[in-house]
Amino acid sequence: MASETKGPNRPLSPHLQIYKPQLTSMLSITHRLTGLALAVGTLVLVWWIGAVAAGPEALDDVNDFLSSWLGILLMAGWSYALFYHLLNGIRHLFWDMGAGLELKAAYASGWAVVAGSILLTVIAWAMALGNVGS
Amino acid sequence: MAEFTLPQNSKVRKGKTWPKPEGAARVGTFQIYRWDPDDGENPREDTFYLDLDETGPMILDGLIKIKNEIDSTLTFRRSCREGVCGSCAFNINGTNTLACTMVMPKSGMLKIYPLPHMPVVKDLVADLTIPYAQLQEVEPWLKTKTPAPQRERLQSPEDRAKLDGLWECILCFSCQTSCPSYWWNGDRYLGPAVLLQAYRWIADSRDEYSGERLDALEDPFRLYRCHTIMNCTKTCPKSLNPAKSIAEIKKLMVARQ
Repeated sequence: MASETKGPNRPLSPHLQIYKPQLTSMLSITHRLTGLALAVGTLVLVWWIGAVAAGPEALDDVNDFLSSWLGILLMAGWSYALFYHLLNGIRHLFWDMGAGLELKAAYASGWAVVAGSILLTVIAWAMALGNVGS
Repeated sequence: MAEFTLPQNSKVRKGKTWPKPEGAARVGTFQIYRWDPDDGENPREDTFYLDLDETGPMILDGLIKIKNEIDSTLTFRRSCREGVCGSCAFNINGTNTLACTMVMPKSGMLKIYPLPHMPVVKDLVADLTIPYAQLQEVEPWLKTKTPAPQRERLQSPEDRAKLDGLWECILCFSCQTSCPSYWWNGDRYLGPAVLLQAYRWIADSRDEYSGERLDALEDPFRLYRCHTIMNCTKTCPKSLNPAKSIAEIKKLMVARQ
């Protein structure tokens, strides 16, 4: 059997290229990507807090950017990332306790995270835009 | 470091298309990964057609028919043809499973590759040297410190029940090779199949080396590369739950601190 590894220039069998995306694996990679996005988003939060300390003009500059269409798009993305990472993080905590690891439970909690993160994002933005209006 | 693309020598080219059977009412299309170690070429994808009314119901029946009647050089492992030997595990239509227990899909469309992210020996035969070596590393046999009793070591029905869902594993490595963590860190991460085996002995009331077994797994890579992606549990052709076994090991690691 050991001689099998010494074969001539053995190819590597296809992996990502052919493996069908699974709900669980897609949610897993999304968890990692939202984590990365949030790390960048934290810098923006620091930028905004720094502007608060620096004075009204600096704050106006930051707020102008954040209320531009690009700023709103980024904020919407970060708010979704926050809610997704939060809910899926709770899912991970249950798994760490050994709960919810049956396939059926993992799928149910997975869809719940998808629905919950969208719902929380919509609620947060409805509240934020409602405040702007009043 | 994770390599998301295939190396140059592994890129799959278009291969040969064999003629369709004449007068067949239901035609099955088998796209099969081929690689011949002797011709120095890249892997390719050949297309075979079978008359499904003349073929047995399982995917393995189709593969055997192709080997018998169309191209005898087609190479794959198979033995028991009833889901207990674990030889005929392939990536079929995107997930890993046993060709002998998978029924031909209604569409008749099949894409068959070797188990993912493994060195290929020939065609559908993946080189399993590394997973076997990893299995050996967890010492999958009963280990005791107390002297052997006059008769067998007894186990209560309750303790025996704790091994259900573990002993049924046939080591086909479908789960092992479905795991992205194992793809990227297979040299250091033991992988779901091997960790399920490790847990099978940790959970055995007769085994007296649980502590040492846990010591051997306490490692950022061997155990903790599991990120609960759950491709393993989803793909297992025996409906076992390697993700849960790994979680149980992680729990024991915390509990003993």
